[in-house]
Amino acid sequence: MHASGRLLKHGSLSPTPPRISRSRKAVAMSAPEPTIPQGPGFSRRTALKLGLVGVIGAACGVGSTRFVARLGKAARPRYRFFTEAEAKLLIDICEQIIPGDDAPGATETGAIHYIDRQICGPLAKHKRAYRVGLESFRQTCLRKYNAPFETLDPSAKIEMLRMIESDAAPKALWDEPSAGAFFNLVLAHTMQSFYGSPRHGGNRDYSSYRMLGLDYPQIAGQNRYPKA
Amino acid sequence: MNLKHVNAIVVGAGAGGGVVAKELSEAGLSVVLLERGEWVSFETYGQDELINQRTTVLGNAYGPDDRSPRVIETSPGTWGVVMPNEGGYSNNAACVGSGTVSYGAMGWRYMEKDFKMRSTYGAPEGSTLEDWPISYADLEPCYHKAEQEVGVSGDMSTNPFAAPRKDPYPMPAFPYNHEGRILEAAAKRLGFHPFPIPMLRNSVPYGGRNACIHNRYCCGFACPNNAKNGTHNTVIPRALASGNCELRTRSVASEVVIDDHGVARGVRYFDENDAPQYQTADLVVVSGGAIETARLLLNSKSKLFPNGAGNRYDWVGRNLQGHAYCGADGLFDEDTFDDVGSGATIAISDFNHGNPGVTGGAVLCNEFIRPPYGFTGMRPPGSPLWGKAHKDFQRRFYKRNISVRGPVQEMPVFDVRAQIDPSVRDHWGIPVVRLSGNRHPGDIDTARVIADRAEAWLKEAGAVEIWRNIPGTAAGAGQHQAGTCRMGDDPKISVTNRFGQLHDVGNMFVSDASLHVTNGGFNPALTILALGYWVSDHIKARWKAGVLT
Repeated sequence: MHASGRLLKHGSLSPTPPRISRSRKAVAMSAPEPTIPQGPGFSRRTALKLGLVGVIGAACGVGSTRFVARLGKAARPRYRFFTEAEAKLLIDICEQIIPGDDAPGATETGAIHYIDRQICGPLAKHKRAYRVGLESFRQTCLRKYNAPFETLDPSAKIEMLRMIESDAAPKALWDEPSAGAFFNLVLAHTMQSFYGSPRHGGNRDYSSYRMLGLDYPQIAGQNRYPKA
Repeated sequence: MNLKHVNAIVVGAGAGGGVVAKELSEAGLSVVLLERGEWVSFETYGQDELINQRTTVLGNAYGPDDRSPRVIETSPGTWGVVMPNEGGYSNNAACVGSGTVSYGAMGWRYMEKDFKMRSTYGAPEGSTLEDWPISYADLEPCYHKAEQEVGVSGDMSTNPFAAPRKDPYPMPAFPYNHEGRILEAAAKRLGFHPFPIPMLRNSVPYGGRNACIHNRYCCGFACPNNAKNGTHNTVIPRALASGNCELRTRSVASEVVIDDHGVARGVRYFDENDAPQYQTADLVVVSGGAIETARLLLNSKSKLFPNGAGNRYDWVGRNLQGHAYCGADGLFDEDTFDDVGSGATIAISDFNHGNPGVTGGAVLCNEFIRPPYGFTGMRPPGSPLWGKAHKDFQRRFYKRNISVRGPVQEMPVFDVRAQIDPSVRDHWGIPVVRLSGNRHPGDIDTARVIADRAEAWLKEAGAVEIWRNIPGTAAGAGQHQAGTCRMGDDPKISVTNRFGQLHDVGNMFVSDASLHVTNGGFNPALTILALGYWVSDHIKARWKAGVLT
């Protein structure tokens, strides 16, 4: 195990691909490190979309936890992938996407836990997009508002997100992913967290089902199915 | 280790292969049924909104996994590798029963004109549109057998466009749900002819299994009550019970071995431990689905057929079709949702044919119940997708919307195809398939006409806001994949004869939607099952007559 705890702490990039613990994804291709051939017109952007670019995320899981555990209980990281600062920013972005009102929003229902857990699993190909995209987002916000996103007033937060969504952020700060692609990624994952099964980390207590007035959970044969 | 020689190998335990395995084993042939996936059950993924056949963001519930990539060519020279749960892959499934485990289970017979598309419409420029070599009347007894043995609930008495049938369905039709009742009244006011969707699902106890309990999520999920009928709970268990069929799961076929005399000798495959095996047989039936069947044939190179089995004239993998899905979505001021699954209950066949100025058409049906996550993508164009507006829309309309959809029959195109990629291989080292091509522009014209009808239907039903869905140009075969090993009488423009037997290899057969010359304006499952009986009848007759090759 390399010193992934240090990598996590500083949010820098690991040179080795992370170990992915889910057996479904752990299956290797025929070669240990498959090189994915690409046609001449097949851009890196397309490759990223298709999830072909080697993942450059920090390590998740066992190694880092053990390393940090030795430092004492207080230092145990709250997230598998995100740094505290990244998580704080991402939570705030997700909350704008599904805000709390009389029904819980993204923060309360655990969007960050869904994303953090799934990108150390089936969504691992998006690690780089999150790491790079959150940094681009942070810098964009500083440049435009001269203040961190968390400190903006509600209308400025929405204005900022609309700029990211419409890909109107300064191009110099956004390469891969583009601002629009990053937004769409967070949008999709926030929706998944909010409406997906709670077993994946989000939708705490089936909040979205309660919001929509749907029976929850689905128990075969035991919900109120009318007789046909 | 030498495996014991058998009479027949069937590759693929899906709709086509399941029927063939049962028919041949019950006729006394020894059969090995090879399936690359495993037995799956409802318990594995339950009703998970994010891992099912329709929403695969966290993976494929019913296989395959990342060991089976494909290459997608989005435009000439632009291509990339995609995983089975990603867009463009055109996944069906990889498990015992394949797509029939998790499908919506609509059990359609095609219409008479669906077998005579060229005679009816002529061949549009840029299309290889052709008549089937067999007619509806030829296939009718096989449709009947599929409906009886697998089990369909239906009633066509109010559908004047239905092809003639000799016997009633074995189970009564499902009643309309709330959406269906709203749409029924509107359809009648418009002069349409609504009728209940025939379902491969038990409306009453049937075949020793339960009646449907109408749980919310059906299409895309295995059934918790074993009331949805696929090959995994009907014909495959019968095949195994015959004592003549051995099912080998996690067995990935790589090649059909054809000798120097043009006779199929057996199948090479990788077993559950990834060890190479060679099973010999008197005959081979390939039922891998339109894409994997084409791949296996193309990967089966021999001295006489260096470009693959059945591929002397370069027709294997060509004419790949799915359906150009279109329709309309409508929002209502009153509740439409009643939580009675599967949710799709009503259809009209008024626009399958006879649409002025376009080729073909589609059946129109109300959609299966949309899970809340799926509903996040159902929005009028230009609507906000997030923020308080998103939440308000979900709250206001989740129970107040109806979606009407139609699978537009695609015009076959020679260059919409599955071919072997020159460099990418799967986990087992088998060259993967490369998908490419754009659908015929006429499909989009037809889709516009059908979507207009859907829109008119929803408007009459009282929708306060309606928007249409028109497919794009990129071909996507999806779960309705078909057409890659077309049956025909002329060996130069087809892959098999009218019985699914390869023109060039007398003891090798195809039995799945690869055979479809055209794919009908309907979900294809019942036609695949029926063709399984059709092909089996031919094999059994030859077997009885002692004709092996």
